This record gives sequence, structure tokens and C-alpha cells, in this order.
Amino acid sequence: MSEKEPLLRINDLHKAFGKNEVLKGISFEMHKGDTKVIIGPSGTGKSTLIACINHLVTPDKGQIWLEGEDTVTAKNINKIRQKIGFVFQDFGLFNHLTALKNVMIGLVKVKKTPKDKARKRAMEELDRVGLSDQAKSYPAQLSGGQKQRVGIARALAMDPKIILFDEPTSALDPELIGEVLHVMQDLAQSGMTMLVVTHEMGFARTVSNEIIFMEHGVIVEQGTPEKLFKNPENKRTKEFLFKLEDLYGEGE
Amino acid sequence: MGLGLILALPLSFAQNYGPKPVKMIVSAYEKFFRSIPELVILFLVFYGLPRVGFRIPAFTAFVLGFGLRSAAYQSQIFRGAIQSVSSSQMRAARSMGMSNLQGFVHVILPQAFRIALPPWTNEFTIVLKDSSLAYAIGVTEMLRQGSYVIATHYEPMLIYLTVAVIYLGVTLTANKTLGYLEKRLALPGFEMREPIR
Repeated sequence: MSEKEPLLRINDLHKAFGKNEVLKGISFEMHKGDTKVIIGPSGTGKSTLIACINHLVTPDKGQIWLEGEDTVTAKNINKIRQKIGFVFQDFGLFNHLTALKNVMIGLVKVKKTPKDKARKRAMEELDRVGLSDQAKSYPAQLSGGQKQRVGIARALAMDPKIILFDEPTSALDPELIGEVLHVMQDLAQSGMTMLVVTHEMGFARTVSNEIIFMEHGVIVEQGTPEKLFKNPENKRTKEFLFKLEDLYGEGE
Repeated sequence: MGLGLILALPLSFAQNYGPKPVKMIVSAYEKFFRSIPELVILFLVFYGLPRVGFRIPAFTAFVLGFGLRSAAYQSQIFRGAIQSVSSSQMRAARSMGMSNLQGFVHVILPQAFRIALPPWTNEFTIVLKDSSLAYAIGVTEMLRQGSYVIATHYEPMLIYLTVAVIYLGVTLTANKTLGYLEKRLALPGFEMREPIR
């Protein structure tokens, strides 16, 4: 793979639920090490878009390439999903397993890693998100922020090429948001490729290298944080960002 | 009961995740066997199968009849339990590359099993006691054994009471064991809380 070829390329993606057209032709690409943030009002297809990328939702039309491989026509979708980490808004931790086992299960059952090796790797990832002391806790015993950090550790353990975040902090209180964003910031700095749907403007501003503003199923505008925050071309982008800043302040 | 369980799990999997025609077949099976009295099923299996060329001993007929019927009930227990496990659990399992079956076995089933245990205990108790119906097709179960003793000793009340006590003992023991299993498997955070005042 050449340096220039994008890690993820999406071309003219369409998706409708019944008559409701959610995505109306989305195209963008991501290179290795990129952190991109998708923002936009509710119901504009942000979550649908990232669910399409690992085919939790099947797109109607359009192409998605991961490392040059067409994932829409790929035979073994489970193989492709292994390369894509997914962090859910509602955490999606397996309630019957401890934090450690939650991180291990993908390694053991999907990647067929030997148990002792998987355990070691899982401990490393829990350590990375600052939760090695909670390895034996069950999800119901963890705080929301801790759950989400386990969720991130679980995604990391699979050695993904890219991690998709679907509003990872929307269910958390401000203090817990901080601990999760901190982990995500470290990840971005370590060179992980990340696509994040979020309303956290501070994060979008300081960590991302591109912001994608979506509305009504299309990308209205995309560009560097400086450009979008200081000098947006589109009137709608301006309005939306202005509202967010009004709510959340200038960010960090 | 064993046959029922072995049949019920794939059935409930098929009913939840299978393609439409499979779902319909399973649903028809389940409706059929849940709508016919147990004794009638036993007679149908025992007298019906030889007519189409399968000559089977009474005991096999009994196991088959009970297994098929109980599988229908148990598949409903598991279907309910599976549906009560949040759908985001399966989404999360698939997102990390598990197949539908892997997600079912490693993520959904362990949680559904815990939910299903109390109603399953109930069904187990019913089947255990209904095994006395096998009397009607000539299987030498406890009640028939008892009637042999009555024939020689002529103490009906004593024998029937003994049979009752044995059933009581077996059922209580089984329930106690399953109750213990339920406690052992309880997940932190999901156990019974202190009552709300």
C-alpha cells in the first residue's frame, strides 16, 4: 500500500430506512493517523454513517474501501469487522463478563489467541485506559466513564486499523466525559486512526485534524478546526457551531 | 427433559435469528405441541408411529412425546429470555467480528440462561411430575411400580402416599439445586436488591 492511498475511502454512500432517506451520497477519506470528527444536528445520519462503515447497517448504494479492499462486496464481513473498532454510546459491554473478560473475549473467540496471551494483552489495554485495578469488576459495578474506557480497551485489544466512536460521551456527566476524552486524546496522539461522532467541541477543536459537518444526510462542509470555527464558508455551519459554542463555551 | 433442552436451544436460536420460513416452521411446531394435551401426544406417538412403520417401545415413545412437547415450551422460555437481553449486546458482539452464532453462544446465551433459569425450573418440575402420565402407555414408571405393589399387598393409600412423598422429595431437591445454581450464577449488580420501602 502506498503512502498516498487512504486507509478508508467512502464514495457516494446512500442509505434509506423505508422512505426516510438518511444518507444521500456521502464521500470522504481518511488516512492513517487521522482523527476526524463528525458533527451535526440529531437525525442527520451521523450514527448511521459510522454504522455503515463496519456494516452494522448495510448501505443501499455506494462503496467503502478499507485498505483498498471493497468492504461492501466482501464475502467475509466478520473478517473486516475485526479491523474496525467500534465504541458505542451505550457502551455495549457484555454484562455477564468482568472488565478483563470483556476485553479478552474478542481475542480468544474471534482471533483465537491463547488464553494466557489474551489475558496479558487485555491487562495491558486496561492499564492503558487506567483501569487495571478494576479488571475483576463487572460492568454493573463500574461508573459510566469506566465502562466507556473498558469499551475503548476492548476495541484496542483487537489491534484495529481504525476506531469508530459513536457519541462516546453522550451518556456521561461532565466529570466522566473528561476521563474518556483524555483517553481518546492519548490515543489520537499515539497515532490511532479515529472517526468520532461527538458534540464535544473542545475535543473536536484540539484533537481532530478535520471536522465534517453533516446535515440532512449530506456533508455540508469539512475542513480543519481552525477553518470551520473561525471562518466557515457555509451559513448553516456557522449557525450550528455558534449554537454549540453558546452552549458549551469555547472548549478547552 | 434432556431431549427437550437439546431441541429447545436450536429452536429458540432459529426463532430469533433464523430466516422467515424457518421462523414460521418453528412457530408452527411450537403452537402445535403447546396446544395438544400431553396424554394425547403420548397416544399419538405411541399408537401413531407404528402405523407409519416405526415400531417403538413404550419408553422411547414416552421420551419422544415428552421431549417434543417440552422442547416447545422450553423454546418459548428461551425465546423470551433471549429477547430480554438487550439488542445492543448482539450489536457489540458483531462489531468485534463475531458471527451471529458466536454472538449467540458467547454473549447472548450466558445472559439469557440466567434469565431463563427460574421459568426453566418451573418447566422442569412440571415434566418431572408429568412423567407419571407414561403410566397410560404402559411404561413401568413409579406409579405403575406402585400399582404392582398394591396388587400384591393391597395397601393402596399407603403406596400412593409413598409415591407422593417420593415425588415431593425429588422435586424439592431438584428445585433446591436449581435455586442454588441461580444464586451461584447471579451477576454482581443484577442480584436481588434490598426491598424498596
